[in-house]
Amino acid sequence: MLISKLKVFKSHGKQYIPNLLDVTLAERFRGRPVVSPNVDEKTVEELVQLCPVEAISKVPLSLDLGKCVFCGECQFQYPQAINFTNDYRIATCRREDLIVTSDIKKAIPFDPQFVNSYITKYFGRSLKLRQVCAGGDNSSEMELNASMNVNFDFSRYGIEFVASPRHADGVVITGPITKSMEAPLQMCFEAIADPKIIIVVGADAISGGVFANSSAISRDFFNLNKPNLWIPGNPMHPMTFIDGVLSLIGRAKRNENE
Amino acid sequence: MSWLRLKNCGKAINLDQIPNIEYPEFYQNLVEMLEDENFHIADYFGYSTTEGLKLIAIILDDKNSDILIAEHTYHYYCEDSLLSITAKCEAMHPFERDITERYGIVFKNNPWNKPLRFLANRFDKRMIIEKYPFYQISGETLHEVNVGPIHAGIIEPGAFRFTCNGEKVLHLEVALGYQHRGVEEVMCSTKSTLKQNIIAENIAGDSAVSNAIAYSTNIEKLSANLNNNSKQLNTERAIAQEMERIAMHIADTGALCGDIGYQLGQVACEALRTITINTTQMWCGNRFGKSIIRPCGTNFPLNNEICSEIKKNMSDVLKRYDEIRQNIKNTPSVIARFEACGTVDRNIALHIGAVGVCAKASGLLRDIRATHPYGEYKNMNHVPIIKTYGDVMSRLTIRCREVLQSIEYVLSLVDKIDTSIVQSRPIYNNNLMQNAISVSIVEGWRGEICHTAITNSQGEICCYKVKDPSIHNWLALSLAVRGEGISDFPICNKSFSLSYCGHDL
Ligand code: SF4
Repeated sequence: MLISKLKVFKSHGKQYIPNLLDVTLAERFRGRPVVSPNVDEKTVEELVQLCPVEAISKVPLSLDLGKCVFCGECQFQYPQAINFTNDYRIATCRREDLIVTSDIKKAIPFDPQFVNSYITKYFGRSLKLRQVCAGGDNSSEMELNASMNVNFDFSRYGIEFVASPRHADGVVITGPITKSMEAPLQMCFEAIADPKIIIVVGADAISGGVFANSSAISRDFFNLNKPNLWIPGNPMHPMTFIDGVLSLIGRAKRNENE
Repeated sequence: MSWLRLKNCGKAINLDQIPNIEYPEFYQNLVEMLEDENFHIADYFGYSTTEGLKLIAIILDDKNSDILIAEHTYHYYCEDSLLSITAKCEAMHPFERDITERYGIVFKNNPWNKPLRFLANRFDKRMIIEKYPFYQISGETLHEVNVGPIHAGIIEPGAFRFTCNGEKVLHLEVALGYQHRGVEEVMCSTKSTLKQNIIAENIAGDSAVSNAIAYSTNIEKLSANLNNNSKQLNTERAIAQEMERIAMHIADTGALCGDIGYQLGQVACEALRTITINTTQMWCGNRFGKSIIRPCGTNFPLNNEICSEIKKNMSDVLKRYDEIRQNIKNTPSVIARFEACGTVDRNIALHIGAVGVCAKASGLLRDIRATHPYGEYKNMNHVPIIKTYGDVMSRLTIRCREVLQSIEYVLSLVDKIDTSIVQSRPIYNNNLMQNAISVSIVEGWRGEICHTAITNSQGEICCYKVKDPSIHNWLALSLAVRGEGISDFPICNKSFSLSYCGHDL
């Protein structure tokens, strides 16, 4: 009994990532895209047609990370126009910063001056979050769980998921917000004491993703409440979440000149 | 019997080839077949046409590896109400409830006529999810416990209502529908094959690969003038699907360990799942395998570097997972919680039409890889792992042994990959057969996933039906917790590990 436990223990070894601020993901991971500055009109037109979620717009050619489902098809067919890098630092505090043009060469902007000062003041050293899945497909949810697992161990920063909105400082939303979840989500958010924050995770939640035109979803929650952090992905990578939250509470800086 | 027999690896057929039969015969056939344990229901749905509502039933004949299909055309105004098949055979309940909810046809004598998922375009909009008609039992010693729709952890929403006698659960009813995003409707609202493929991947993110294979196979079956897939493409798909199974079974092993406070098992499994999904990420850039599966080709052909990484990582996982498995078996305090808990006996599993891990743990052979092989599985002679007790431990054991089995499969499949072959790229503009129907069934890690596509006279998909294995198995969870302490609910729930979004669509 004990011997079999020791075996598991020995093989397990050390699993945690020592420095969460310095991680490089697999080469093929699709994170921040680079949009080429000189793409001819015909290609732009074809790209706009190709994208399944209308994430690509023309004049100037731009890619909206809030809509993109990271299928990579634009890159496969037009590698001269769009290329995804493995830079996972793509969360932003303003919705408009998710729109990538050819001007964005190094990093997706995250300017702390757009973050309310109460966030760093109150939540900088301890942030408790309530997760609400409102039509998510269980991949973003699993990645949120993974950010707390033995590898990422995000709770080392005092950031944790809690079981009740009464214990929470903010809500993390996944899924396009189904009509049936609209009321429970609003109720949960209202049950959180002020000051509080909203974190929106994944293409589904940010823009509706592939379900944007469905009659079964309702986006009214976002007319009533304003998110503080947008985290793109399909699903988002745990590192994107970790970097985004740390940037929001002022414990990580995104260097645009990197 | 006039039902049409198809093969899982065959082509699509024309809609008018489906035998159209009168309801008394249709009813009789279904009741008779479903009494025989060699048959089970794969899908049963309504499809609205100008002639009336077609009720299409798809039955699997496990002995002969056939898919049986037939339809009945229901005329709204000139036909009496139809007799409920659920009354004779419980396995039909979700399908009849769906038809009632969608089209307002009430089946006579249906013992459980409740909304299934509160569709956005349901027939009776007065039915709202907040007022789900839970079954109630009254008595001085009884109390009710309501959980959800939002749960304590990071999981999907669903409302659970327990009726308890003290600590013991008398009855559990699960109300679902909170996750309904309109998958089937969105599928038909676009003509883009790429978009449909991505929707399929998002039906249930934890089964992205399996759903995408089912979808892509339908497109390939409907493309009349297309050659068969290359052998290599099928092999790659099998590798991707087995890696998904490995990752999710390991995740569930870890979650079960976590629920009983056995932390070593939990963290060791978390680490192994990370290795597995990071290998998938290295292959395609996504930890859940989204973007690996595309119709008729691939954007990510395996190369030498990835093959050797898969081999290295999977061998490592094999060794370490086996150690965890041995340790679980050697730890009495773990076994004490899992054994004889949440039992579903064979007879019940049979009656409710259980599939996948849940059926195999109760002694039923339900595994599409063995009974209706597709793609690479045709060459593999897969032998499913079966247990007989039907308790939490059996379901865990099935997972444990399937992980080892799947890793063996992956290792031998990778060896067959010839990286010098140049593979074709995906094709998104196939001309699809007109007025045709295609059924594709795959074995996801939860159980069989069945996708049905119907095209119109322009060769566009006008009806797309998805059946997640959870549709059958949610009832098994409700029955499993009867008589158990309510505190055993979490491990019972995890041992089934059912999908909310796959159910609600
Ligand atoms: S990767 Fe994003 S932008 Fe490119 S085609 Fe796919 S969804 Fe559109």
